[in-house]
Amino acid sequence: MSATMNAPISGSSTAPALFDLDWRRIGTWGGLCALALILVSLIGMPVGLDRRMIIEGRLSLGYLALLWMPLLFGYVVSKRVVLEGVETPDPGARDVLAGFCTGVLAGLGPVLLILGIDNFNLREPLVNWGPPLLEQLTFGRGIGFGIVAWFGIGAVLGLLGSALHVLPKDVRRVISFVIYGLLSISVLEAVISDLSEGFGLESLTDEMYARRGGLTVKSSVIVAVVFGVFSMLMKGRVKSATSRYKELQGEERKRASMMLFSGVAVLCIVLPLFLGKIVNELLANVGLFLLLALGLNIVVGLAGILDLGYVAFFAVGGYTTAVLTSAESPFFAPELHFGFALIVVVMMAGLTGLVIGAPVIRMRGDYLAIVTLGFGEIIRLLFMSDWLKPYFGGAQGITNVPPVDLGFAVVTGIDPRSVFYLVLIFCILAIYVSWRLQGSRLGRAWMAIREDEQVAEAMGINTVNAKLMAFVVGAMMAALSGAVLAAKVGSVFPNSFMILVSIIILVVVIVGGMGNIAGVLVGSFVLIGVLGGPRQPGLLQEFQSYKLLIYGALLVFMMLQRPEGLVPSARRSQELHQEEFLQDAWLKGEDHDTEEAAVAAAAGGSEETGEQA
Amino acid sequence: MSHLLEIRDLKVTFGGLDALSGLNFHVDEGEIVSVIGPNGAGKTTFFNAISGLVEATEGDILFEDESVLGLEPHQVTGLGIARTFQNVRLFPNMTILENVMVSQHCRTRQLVFGALMQTRAFKQEEREIRERAEAALGFFGSRLVGYRLEQAAFMLSYANRRRLEIARAMATQPRLILLDEPVAGMNPMETAELTGLIGRLRSEWGFTIVMIEHDMRVVRDVSDRVVVLDHGVPIAHGSYDEVSTNPEVIEAYLGRPVESRA
Repeated sequence: MSATMNAPISGSSTAPALFDLDWRRIGTWGGLCALALILVSLIGMPVGLDRRMIIEGRLSLGYLALLWMPLLFGYVVSKRVVLEGVETPDPGARDVLAGFCTGVLAGLGPVLLILGIDNFNLREPLVNWGPPLLEQLTFGRGIGFGIVAWFGIGAVLGLLGSALHVLPKDVRRVISFVIYGLLSISVLEAVISDLSEGFGLESLTDEMYARRGGLTVKSSVIVAVVFGVFSMLMKGRVKSATSRYKELQGEERKRASMMLFSGVAVLCIVLPLFLGKIVNELLANVGLFLLLALGLNIVVGLAGILDLGYVAFFAVGGYTTAVLTSAESPFFAPELHFGFALIVVVMMAGLTGLVIGAPVIRMRGDYLAIVTLGFGEIIRLLFMSDWLKPYFGGAQGITNVPPVDLGFAVVTGIDPRSVFYLVLIFCILAIYVSWRLQGSRLGRAWMAIREDEQVAEAMGINTVNAKLMAFVVGAMMAALSGAVLAAKVGSVFPNSFMILVSIIILVVVIVGGMGNIAGVLVGSFVLIGVLGGPRQPGLLQEFQSYKLLIYGALLVFMMLQRPEGLVPSARRSQELHQEEFLQDAWLKGEDHDTEEAAVAAAAGGSEETGEQA
Repeated sequence: MSHLLEIRDLKVTFGGLDALSGLNFHVDEGEIVSVIGPNGAGKTTFFNAISGLVEATEGDILFEDESVLGLEPHQVTGLGIARTFQNVRLFPNMTILENVMVSQHCRTRQLVFGALMQTRAFKQEEREIRERAEAALGFFGSRLVGYRLEQAAFMLSYANRRRLEIARAMATQPRLILLDEPVAGMNPMETAELTGLIGRLRSEWGFTIVMIEHDMRVVRDVSDRVVVLDHGVPIAHGSYDEVSTNPEVIEAYLGRPVESRA
């Protein structure tokens, strides 16, 4: 059986004719690309982002928002499905032609849009339908030029995208490094100038960036060369370093981990000293949301309770801090020190966790999600209500939350660096708690409940208690985050605790990698740091108004392509890609008859393959 | 007089359907008892009632002379009744070791404090959990140990999943194990091996066993007694030889011969 499968499919080696293309595939991807171009144009990205320059005078972020698409679709359309054991024909002229056709088809999108805007007026429903967009799409040179240009651009970019497959691996590597390098250097302009200021290297950034933003032409060439050389030098280094790390055993590995850890720790402590306000503010926000995400990771990632009302605990933390420390608290204002307030915050969070958890925890799956969603809103509405206005100030919230006086330093919102340090402490605490609990009796019970609640119960786990525990631990982390937020902002309003916060944290956890601390870390940095939180701006401030769209698109993309998240836990990725995994193993293992042997081989275990015999 | 497990007039009703009615049954310490019967006879319902997953409508279930009715499933497990499932239900994304470690939950105590402080008691308990888990897995030879310990359970073959499920039940430190079709889907060689292991579960580990099984050779080889259920009613009871020649049992399985129909 397997012998025949391993043989290359006969006939595939003879090259088919150049024009014998998969037209259907080209049509699908080209059409999709055209639609995407129209959509992005109509939501206002090209016009809105045109101010931000990537390369001075040549390329703006607005055009970039359109141009990357034909390139990507060209790449995708000529991508081959590689099956192990089955011969894949080498990419060649046919693939490039396919990319070209896709690009031309994609160009049709903007062309139709140009003609449409020119001839009809749809301004009423479509706000961006108008002269600015037309001007942008035609490059300001008239309709005829625009039409020709878009077909041309589409064709060239599609061609380039697909040509990436034909290029040798090394060249491809250099190109991708150069592209990533240019993009990150120009997009991260704010951070880099901020950093260089901290190190006293302003002159370097003044040289690099144009006055009105964007790399100068000269510096972009230099950056490209630097990154190209860098990619050549780095070739294989990272991979060998990680594999060397993985091969380390026992003591040595422990030592290497300790060194890595202390390196990161020192970086975390020292780097903010050199960073300016903007970046520190950003880091503080990332920290706040990381704390939230770590808590939700325990509830959703470990215990499998899909809690959509998680923001409730965030709110409880914020309000408890505000009531206890602020002099403006309308009813009860003991004006405690932040440290004492924290103790009450943690207790209140635990209590709320129990109160909300107790009725909710008996439900399963979808029902639980809906009910927690309701509770999340109820808490916010309670804080906003007129009924509780004498206690919590209604929609005006509680203002004048004092900064945290630590004796040797004062943590206030005006100094984001101090906020970052404070939140860093809590994050480290939360990471430690998550890490230790994960490997304990309780953590195993949570995982068992996530896997199969009924069986977990039959195996002697008191599921109600264990789930309540998860709820409470998660609630405490969220409440700590809320407390820091209150001290940072100096006030709390019901509207800071919208249901959107819950959703965004959930996206952070899913995109990062559920049930995995490293995943949550990466997820918060990528999503909150780059795109920004519900109200907090991220690195890409220009994308502020498109943030939710990007979040949604990212979530859909991740669910389709990488459901295990950016940094998956090893096991989870095995499970989610089990089919491919088994298939590969099956194709590989000629002499193993049992499925088990195949799986064992795939897992890298070469032992006892014939045990069933 | 005192039996390990005693069931009195057990009746379980779903809607209007009596899944079990008037079941009387007992198991003594150290016995291996098989429960057989055609599909839909109520065998798994019987197990579910004992382990607390379904509620008994009438009657009583006594374990060591104490009623287990109304207890939560985890409390029943805590008393010393463990079970496996007919359609293997492991914790697929946990490692094999974790699967067996987690089932000792009701025998261990450490909570958050110990885990966070890494107290000596916590470390000691973790070590014991691990040792017991490895002992239970080691019962099945080299299949579930070694590099396999850290492998996710979903990667196991079907037969090994069944074995792991038994190991998981063993690790709850029960006195009574309920095995729901332990050899279903296994090939003859695996079946023969597992039959031997079931005997050793009693002789080496001291478990009392109640087993649902369709494979008559396994039933014959290991059980002291056999109970036959049909439509929720026990129709025969006795040694394998007695039961296998009982005309009522043959009828329940094969139907009545055509000529004798009225």
